[in-house]
Amino acid sequence: MAKVLVVTSGKGGVGKTTSTAALGAALAQSGENVVVVDFDVGLRNLDLVMGAERRVVFDLINVVQGDAKLSQALIRDKRIDNLSLLPASQTRDKDALTIEGVDKVVGELREKFDWVICDSPAGIERGALLAMRHADMAVVVTNPEVSSVRDSDRIIGMLDSKTLRAEKGDRVDKHLLLTRYDPMRAARNEMLKTEDVLEILSIPLLGIIPESEEVLRASNLGAPVTLNNPISAPARAYFDAAKRLRGEKVEVVVPLERKGLIGRLFGRRVA
Amino acid sequence: MNLISLFRKRSSAPVARERLQVLLSHERSVIGKSDLIATLQEEILAVIAKHVAVDREAVQIKLDRGDKVSMLEIDVEVPSLISKKPPEQLRASA
Repeated sequence: MAKVLVVTSGKGGVGKTTSTAALGAALAQSGENVVVVDFDVGLRNLDLVMGAERRVVFDLINVVQGDAKLSQALIRDKRIDNLSLLPASQTRDKDALTIEGVDKVVGELREKFDWVICDSPAGIERGALLAMRHADMAVVVTNPEVSSVRDSDRIIGMLDSKTLRAEKGDRVDKHLLLTRYDPMRAARNEMLKTEDVLEILSIPLLGIIPESEEVLRASNLGAPVTLNNPISAPARAYFDAAKRLRGEKVEVVVPLERKGLIGRLFGRRVA
Repeated sequence: MNLISLFRKRSSAPVARERLQVLLSHERSVIGKSDLIATLQEEILAVIAKHVAVDREAVQIKLDRGDKVSMLEIDVEVPSLISKKPPEQLRASA
């Protein structure tokens, strides 16, 4: 059975696109057939982070409006065979995305793939609602920072009321992905701790992605961080998160780049 | 920078946590209630529309929250009944 996963946050710039690419690649590497879908019409970026920006011919809007077949718009990743991208339109108006069109496309994607990962635009408007509409699962990307936590709380409320599952009286399986986390600053009480964010938002923890230079390096090069440097700290955290998405029990740790005393102190179990 | 300011600077996270807890407990209740108002508005409108033709805009609902009691204010603007219906019908229903 295909799973539809929305990567959402409310706030912009917290790491939705980075996380979509990294989780998509990690799931694909474990043998799952994965498509990552960019719902950010007008401000597409998933193609760039995936390094496929020059291969975009047709996009989600073309498929929704019947100007292209789904198979024509899907871009297969050059590094992993079972990873595909459905880009958003960069030129069209975001109103070009219709409920019926999205229903049809997601329905077709469900038949072709094991995982349909929807990269939501920021905000709580139409685009974000359409991205979460079909979700079975949600990854709520949150930075340990007040405005991000507040917006995540809002998005969690919408996942509980505005999705197809919610309308049917069912619920979306929600998970917290804490990104840009600095365990040293959290230990010094300069940053919200994982427990604080978990207590406030009260949804289960999917993973903690440490703040790292590797994320920018990977996006500079156009590769998901899990492909670009699989042994880096953020990549290991994303691999663990992907395992948890598949239902495996993996202890949550914050991987660190540096080994030795600091690694031993902060690489330990945190939640 | 003296010792006190150093300490203060380092403990900003507990402040963030407390601010968020206070803010979100308020926002969650407000957002829940605004749904209630929308529902009330729809249902009141539906009941009135069974008997009188009213505009969607004609039903205004406000909720003033107090510490102990909140005030629900329902303001319905009904079109002039006399001009819309024939006089004998009005008399019959009276």
